[in-house]
Amino acid sequence: MTTTPLRLYQVGTFAAGNRLLDPSERTVQSSADRASSITSGHRACRGCGEALAARVVMDAAMRATGGRLVTVNATGCLEVFSTPFPESAWQVPWLHSLFGNAAAVASGVAAAMRATGRDDVRVLAQAGDGGTVDIGLGCLSGMFERNDDVLFVCYDNQGYMNTGVQRSGATPAGASTANTRPVGSGIGNAFGTGKNLPRIAMAHEIPYVATATIADLHDLEAKVTSAMSRRGARYLHVLVPCPLGWGSDASDTVRVARLATQSGLFPVFEAEHGTVTQVTPIRRRVPVEEYLRLQTRFRHLFTEPGRPDVVAALQAQADRDIARYGLDPEEES
Amino acid sequence: MKLDVRIHGRGGQGVVTAAELLSVAAFDQGLHAQALPSFGSERTGAPVTASCRISDRPIRSHDPVSHPDLVMVQDLTLLRDPAVLAGLPDDGTVLVNTRRDLADLARGGLVMGPAQHWVTVPANDLSRELLGRPLPNTALIGAVVGITGLLEPEAVAGSIRRRFAGLGEHVADANVRLAELAYDLVATQTRGSGTHA
Amino acid sequence: MRRQLEGSLAVADTVARCRPRVVAAYPISPQTHIVEALSELVASGGLAPCEYLTVESEFGALSACIGASAAGARTYTATASQGLLFMAEALPNASGLGLPMVMTVANRALGAPINIWNDHSDALSQRDAGWLMLFASSNQEAVDLHVQAFALSERTSLPVMVCMDGFVLTHAVEEVDVPEQEQVDAFLPDFHPRQSLDPDHPVTIGAMVGPEAFTEVKYLMAHRQLRALDEVSAVAQEFESAFGRTSGGLLQPYRTDGAELVVVALGSVLGSLADVVDELRDEGLAVGALGICCYRPWPFDEVRDALRGVTDVVVVNRAVAVGSGSILGQDVRLSAPRGTAVHDVVLGLGGRPVTRDVLRRLVLDVVTGRVGSDSLTFFDLDHDRAAAELARELADTVPANGGGS
Ligand SMILES: Cc1ncc(C[n+]2csc(CCOP(=O)(O)OP(=O)(O)O)c2C)c(N)n1
Ligand code: SF4
Ligand SMILES: [Mg+2]
Repeated sequence: MTTTPLRLYQVGTFAAGNRLLDPSERTVQSSADRASSITSGHRACRGCGEALAARVVMDAAMRATGGRLVTVNATGCLEVFSTPFPESAWQVPWLHSLFGNAAAVASGVAAAMRATGRDDVRVLAQAGDGGTVDIGLGCLSGMFERNDDVLFVCYDNQGYMNTGVQRSGATPAGASTANTRPVGSGIGNAFGTGKNLPRIAMAHEIPYVATATIADLHDLEAKVTSAMSRRGARYLHVLVPCPLGWGSDASDTVRVARLATQSGLFPVFEAEHGTVTQVTPIRRRVPVEEYLRLQTRFRHLFTEPGRPDVVAALQAQADRDIARYGLDPEEES
Repeated sequence: MKLDVRIHGRGGQGVVTAAELLSVAAFDQGLHAQALPSFGSERTGAPVTASCRISDRPIRSHDPVSHPDLVMVQDLTLLRDPAVLAGLPDDGTVLVNTRRDLADLARGGLVMGPAQHWVTVPANDLSRELLGRPLPNTALIGAVVGITGLLEPEAVAGSIRRRFAGLGEHVADANVRLAELAYDLVATQTRGSGTHA
Repeated sequence: MRRQLEGSLAVADTVARCRPRVVAAYPISPQTHIVEALSELVASGGLAPCEYLTVESEFGALSACIGASAAGARTYTATASQGLLFMAEALPNASGLGLPMVMTVANRALGAPINIWNDHSDALSQRDAGWLMLFASSNQEAVDLHVQAFALSERTSLPVMVCMDGFVLTHAVEEVDVPEQEQVDAFLPDFHPRQSLDPDHPVTIGAMVGPEAFTEVKYLMAHRQLRALDEVSAVAQEFESAFGRTSGGLLQPYRTDGAELVVVALGSVLGSLADVVDELRDEGLAVGALGICCYRPWPFDEVRDALRGVTDVVVVNRAVAVGSGSILGQDVRLSAPRGTAVHDVVLGLGGRPVTRDVLRRLVLDVVTGRVGSDSLTFFDLDHDRAAAELARELADTVPANGGGS
């Protein structure tokens, strides 16, 4: 691994800087021979969490597979911003078919590799939350239950960003989106809706399910590496803030992702065959408000007269998940 | 030389299988043949029809038989349906699975032209005896062989044997035997013709 | 080897001999026997190496085929009716991406009302999806067309649909010469994909194309489709030299020489039609039949040539384009030489048998001027039943003023 030695330069984060680590433990991204699966020059918005995650995920998968990787992409922001004809940002074999079929297409690729004696070539499918939890769920569930040898990565930016920020089944309650505006006495996206895909994936008892965020790239890479060391159906759900859709500052993308985990709104864990095996504890617990206030999609909760009831309900959701997954080491279970 | 057979029965009686067995037997003895599926619902007990064409010339049509030389009726209750005898020519033959006689058939609703023939075979009884269940189709096939004289009994036995091979030798044997019994029965039976209710 | 067997099994055996590496299918009547037989062949090792994917839907089936084909594997699926429509979004995707694959469509009506029986509404509804579409007139031809379809698909890098009438062919037991493995191997070279997902040569397949180039891409697609006409003929000719029998090709004229009236049709009615033509010729009527084997791309010039000198063309439509008329009829009208009367007739919908009696009556009714050429005729319609229903609807209609007090 060729690395460029740099002087230690510690920003005020709670994470140990990459460069403090032993070279063998450093992130793929710190290496000059990373695959750069997605090259620069694509058309994502600045501060796009999805672009960052995709790059980290793909490069880690490339390293884990020794470059024997094929990827299938659903329609969505990632597909659109990476392949404006006649350019392509992809340095890996890449196939886009439709919005709702990435999992099935990937199953087909994996089957073809197996049948033609090339199963050293591994398959990674990627989709946004819409392409995963909504329109793509049928195909994804099929790929899970057949235990096809595919890692499916969902880049969850909690909405249909490519079409202009409409709600998806992964949009949180209280969020304002293009089709869940908080008009009148409305609160935006309603409570009691939406679905938790990591848990749905776990219900299929597939070999590996994990969640991650772009706030902890080391963890994200480790999970991709772990996933690629296994065969069968695997699922990785990555929270990727979207400055455009969330109304957060482009420079706050990583911070917003971190607050999502520290507030307990996005539990980070790993599960094998349907059972949680590992959780990432919250090191510094924050109230959900700290997370929500950075995003204009929740602004209506805080502008006069405000909706403390909604904030409290979201806090209750976070507290429930913290208890459910045992995320707070301080908390008695 | 040609023989067009239409089979009427109920789902579960082996209507489609009967057509297929006849066609395979014909094929095995060097004729051209075609078995066409039922054009009805295939749920158990529902009325089902199938067609079988046998000819010494290649068969091009794929429409269901509408002018049968012979109609096989696997279930007596179907006789009330006018579709059963539809298109039967003046000298056509009806083969009915029943232990009853002509008068009974007339009461059952069978009305035939003066030169049309009827033949009965108690295929359910025979089958109950040999298979323990009323599965009339192989006996009725044997009857068709006897009535028409077109197919070789060995070819029919062969087609039955292959078809039931998967169910064990005794099942295959019993079915071949059923065909033979019915074959003998129709050989000794004088054919009825022309009923008037 | 000549065998007496069900059409579905003959097709399954033949497909297996074409050595697909990936089969993905979702069950629907009347396609089930084909894919069941294939799944068994894969499970028993009779077809190996091959992956059989039991997908969760037809959309998943075709999507898996898209992935498999893009990864360089010979790929097969089969469906019918609602299943074909469930694939609809992926159909132009497969053709647009230029992915070779073969799909059997066991033709069946489209609901509602739900109906599992044969007509051509399913395949014809997807006529513009960019697939090559071949129609089999018998099980022998269905078998032969599958062998040809793989060759055609891989040469043109386009997906091919082989249509065979549901039940009428799929469930018919008849004599079929199923090609031997060695014959198929000799005819069908290994699949060398034009583009393939390969880590050693990374390609991007399925990029977004904007207004600056989309028209050109579509133009090239249209061009490639039409160019495939030559391939369809060429493959059929090569098939004939290799297998010693005629199957497929663009058109199948039957006694059209000197014919004043020609009946145009797709699929399994062609056999009965040939019988009827013979009968009527014996009776002194100058009639013929024109089978369309290659429906897409549409053999425009060939149809025109075949109909030259014909006074009356009768088109047997086994599908309706509700609100505009017929589908096949429209194609034929485009090709019919000027001055030809085109009698557009719908019959045989939803499994209503197209018997020789019906076909004979059709020709005679055209000859005696009872079937016009200016509008669509529902030939085997139960007029009384339809009229009674119309009358009832009329009686039920509440007048616009609310029907008085
Ligand atoms: C069948 C179909 N329906 C709708 C669309 C329009 N569409 C394209 S991308 C998209 C939303 C994508 O959302 P998501 O999967 O979350 O990805 P994101 O853009 O947010 O990354 C929609 C609705 C489509 N392409 N195909
Ligand atoms: S809209 Fe959001 S997800 Fe899409 S490119 Fe912009 S920041 Fe990324
Ligand atoms: Mg999204």
